Order: sequence, then C-alpha cells, then structure tokens
Amino acid sequence: MKTSRRAFAGIKPLSLALRGCVLAAAVATVSIIFFIVGYIVFMGVPNITPEIFSWHYDSVNVSLVPALINTAIMTALSLLISAPLGIFAAVYMTEYARRGNRLVPLVRLAAETLAGIPSIVYGLFGMLCFVMTLGWGYSLLAGAFTMAVMILPVIMRTTEEALIAVPDSYREGSFGLGAGRLRTVFSIVLPPAVPGILAGIILCIGRVVGETAALIFTAGTVAKIPDSAFSSVRTLSVHMYSLSSEGLHIDQAYATAVVLLILVIVINMSSVALAKRITEGKCG
Amino acid sequence: MSASSAPLSASPCGTRSAVKRLMLLKSEEFGKEVRRSAIRVPEEKKNSMSGAKGKFSESVMKVVFLLAACVSILCVLLICLFLFSNGLPAIGKIGPVAFLTGMEWRPGSELYGIAPMIVGSLYVTAGAIVTGVPLGVLTAVFMAEFCPKRLYGVLSPAISLLAGVPSILYGFFGLVVMVPFVREMFGGSGKSLLTASILLGIMILPTITSVSEAAIRAVPRSSYEGALALGATHERSVFFAVLPAARSGILAGVVLGIGRSIGETMAVIMVAGNQVLIPESLVQGARTLTANIVLEMGYAADLHREALIGTALVLFIFILVLNTSMALSFGRKVP
Repeated sequence: MKTSRRAFAGIKPLSLALRGCVLAAAVATVSIIFFIVGYIVFMGVPNITPEIFSWHYDSVNVSLVPALINTAIMTALSLLISAPLGIFAAVYMTEYARRGNRLVPLVRLAAETLAGIPSIVYGLFGMLCFVMTLGWGYSLLAGAFTMAVMILPVIMRTTEEALIAVPDSYREGSFGLGAGRLRTVFSIVLPPAVPGILAGIILCIGRVVGETAALIFTAGTVAKIPDSAFSSVRTLSVHMYSLSSEGLHIDQAYATAVVLLILVIVINMSSVALAKRITEGKCG
Repeated sequence: MSASSAPLSASPCGTRSAVKRLMLLKSEEFGKEVRRSAIRVPEEKKNSMSGAKGKFSESVMKVVFLLAACVSILCVLLICLFLFSNGLPAIGKIGPVAFLTGMEWRPGSELYGIAPMIVGSLYVTAGAIVTGVPLGVLTAVFMAEFCPKRLYGVLSPAISLLAGVPSILYGFFGLVVMVPFVREMFGGSGKSLLTASILLGIMILPTITSVSEAAIRAVPRSSYEGALALGATHERSVFFAVLPAARSGILAGVVLGIGRSIGETMAVIMVAGNQVLIPESLVQGARTLTANIVLEMGYAADLHREALIGTALVLFIFILVLNTSMALSFGRKVP
C-alpha cells in the first residue's frame, strides 16, 4: 500500500491536495495548542513573584492565595454534596433498576439535559434559588450547591460507565454465594469501579476550578478566606476574570493565568492517566 | 448481613478467584464481622435476626439509591421552575414579540429587545462553526487515518489538554493576543465578531476532533478496503468512502460544538466588544445572549433583572431544543 501510494502520488493531484489539507489542519491544531499554552507560560512565569503568594489580598498587592484556598474549599464542598448523590444514582441505574424501568430513561434524559445547560444559566438558577429564595446571599454555600448541580451529570455518567465495565460474573459470583444486593454493590461491584469513579471526580474538580460564569452571581467576588459557609468568596477563575477585566494588574493576571493553567492541566492529566490505566488493565 | 458473610469466607474456593481477591480487600471488616457473629450469636437466632436486619437495610438503601437517582430530575424541574417563573412574567409584560424582535435594548428607557443579542449569538456560533469544524474534522481524519502511532501519543493528550483549559483562560489569551492582532491586521477596536468567532472555533476544536475521530474509527474497515481494492488511493478511500459513512457521528460533534459555543460566556465577553448592535461587518463588535446576562446582572433591578432572566430563558429553551433534536435524530448512538 505504501509503495503504491508513493508511486501514484505524482499523478494524483486530488489525493495530494487532500493529504496536504489533512496535514495542514493537523499542524495548525498542534501549533494552536502549543502557542496558547506556550504563550501563557512564557509570559506568566517571569511575573510569578513571591508577592502574589502573600497571605492577604488588597488592591495594591492582588495576591491569589485567598482565591486558591477558596477554590479548594469550593471544590471540596461541591464534591461532598454531589459525589454521593451521583454515585448512588448511578448505582440505582445500573444495579437496581430492572429492565424496562420507566424511571431510567427519565433520569438519563434529565442528566443529559443538565449536561447541556450553559454555565451562565446555572449561575442564574443558583442566584434565584440559593442566593435569593433560600436567602443565603452571595456565599460559599450557594456557589457550592450550584457547582454540585452542575457536576452531578458528569459524576453520574462516569460512575455508570465504571459500574457497567465491572463484569457480570462478579455479581453472579456474589449472588451465588448468597450475598444480598446491597452487599454485592458495596463489596464486589464498587471496589473495582473506584478508579473509574475517581477519574470522573477528578474531571469534576477540573470543571469546578475552571468555572467562572456560574460562580460570579452565586459566590460573589470577595477575595478573602471565608469566615463561614455564608461569606462571599472568589475562586481562582473569578479572580482571573476580575484581574483581566479591570486591566490594572496585567502582570499579576499573567501570573495567575499560569497558576490556573498548570493546576487545571495537572488535574485533567491525572484524570486521563487514571482512566487510561483502567482501560489498559481491562485489556491485559 | 452477617449470615451471608459467613459462607463467603468459609468457602472461598467455590467462587471465581477475582471475587475472592475482591473480598480480601475488605477482609479485615469481614473477619471482624464473621468472628463476632460466630462467637456471640447462636446459629438459628443469627439467621433470623440478621436476615431481618439485612432485609431492612436492603430496602432502606434501595430507597436511598432511588431518591439519589431522582435528584437529577428534581434539579431539571427546579431550574425550569425558577427560570420560567422569573422570566415569563417579564416577557409577558414587555410583550413576547417586542422582547424577541425588538432592536433596542435600553434598560434606562424601558426598552428590552433582544434581537441584536440573538443575532449576535447566532453570528458568533456560525463563525465558530466555520473556523472550528473544518479544522477539527480534518485533524480527526489525520488522527484516525494518517497519524503515526508515536505522534498520536503526543497529539491525543494535547487535544484533551485543549479541552480542559478553562474558558476564562481562552478569554484572557484572546484579549492579550488576538484582539491586538485583529486590530493591527483588520482595523477597528479588535474586539469583534471575527475575534470571537476564531476564539470560539479554537474552543470547540477539541470537542469536534474527539467526537469525529471516534466516528471515523467506528466505520467498518471493509468500506475503506473496498475502496482501496477498486484502485482508489489511501486519501481518496478515506475521504470518499470512510468520511461519508461517519457523517452522522461528525454531525453529532458539530451539534455539541454549537451547544458549547452558544452557551459560552466568559471568553466571548472579553473579546466580542459587547455593543448592542447587529454587526454589519466582521470587525464590528457584537453582544451575545450570555454576555448580556453577565454584563448587566450585577446591577440590574426589577423589570431589567427579569428581562435578563428572560434572556437566559430564551438561551435555555434554545439549548433544550438543540439537545432534544439531537437526541431524537441520533438516538443513543452518540458517543
């Protein structure tokens, strides 16, 4: 095949043109990726100074440490709310629901709908529901609940996939030994699915860390370490947004961009690596 | 519960080794439980007691799982409830036609027409499709059919990296790199439809590429081989035999990309200029539905605020229609 391709390359202009298009597109994509990442890193790293890691934020020294801590708290809280719900929902869908169950397509449809909703709509929903109706104000809690709703479909889907990947023989073996459904789920089915579930959860961490639009109107923009669950907080992405839209601290914005980028890359890569290890493990 | 654990640990040889290994993970707890039950509870009593207890926790947990599954339905209903109950009255007050087709958005003089924003959203999305889809599909073709294996090991993670970059970083990149570039090259302020279209095209690139690649790989090899056997070159076979067969999968990727670019907020806000005008050329600014919400929600009150929620409602309905039509036309085949 290879030789014939080479031999005919001279007299097949269409094939040559198509090959050129494909190569050009691939080169363009790769260069876009490296340019974006390279530019942010190149411009940002020289601007990383000890000052932006100081403990307190003020208008002169726009430290990112409070935002970083807030991001960690926000992520932990939203996962605390969403992970059990998502995992339990997936357990119901794969382990409990019988075939022909009318609820299952409905839940799937709901999860797919949730997954498609733009983040700004989540932001408005969070504002109307948690901030105003429940009266929590711009707060950590309102932000965390909004994020929890947003990541719920991701956790459900990844957990479901992980559970489906567990061979049926495990379940049959467990039932055959007289174990109940509950024991089968917790002792047999869930343990081998843990890496898959974890990969999904890490993916969600990346989503929460990178989210801006949904948090501006639910968690607010106060760059302080929160006193309580009801104090307004600013996550790293929101911090990044206010720095770059104010335009006063462009150097610090570059530095913050690098920190955010590296954080998100590390999070996503670990999720991909985890997911890859599972598929390789399954094949081998 | 403990009734079932006793035979489990007593006769592990009867099960598959995998199950045994899994059980060993929890061996400590199992051991404790088994010992406790074996020592303290007489045989008949243990069976009846733990049987009842097991049944009880079994049914309780079943309800818990069921409720968890219903949470997502509840969330969708809540979102609908809040958006409709806050958005519909405002749309009614302004008048649905005036709201959807009005050309003027001047909250100061009670004019709320979102037509420029709807057009802006559509323009920006169309621009993103024009720039992102050809690049994405061709890259997918490269990855599936032309890429050496070693290069693939670099390219594939790089594209998933692009997918994970937060939109605020894209916006920042657009602001500091693309806006000055467009200003130099094409004039205007640089914050324009063109900038937003290119940036969104880059943002939907990973989605389109990964979905298209999966679709291309899912095409049976026989159609490619058939084309080769008829004397077509590798390129011709890929483009005229494999790609048409992957059409519906690629289309699904494009629809996903449309959904993502129409819902994109932070990146667009920073590069699109946000003027409430229908742009007449590519270098003029535009405002999208999403940008309208974020820009004005911070200080809006009363009818203005409700009109913004109405804007979100329009966006929400658009996304719902898009997703439903995709689900209906592609079924559950979409990866």
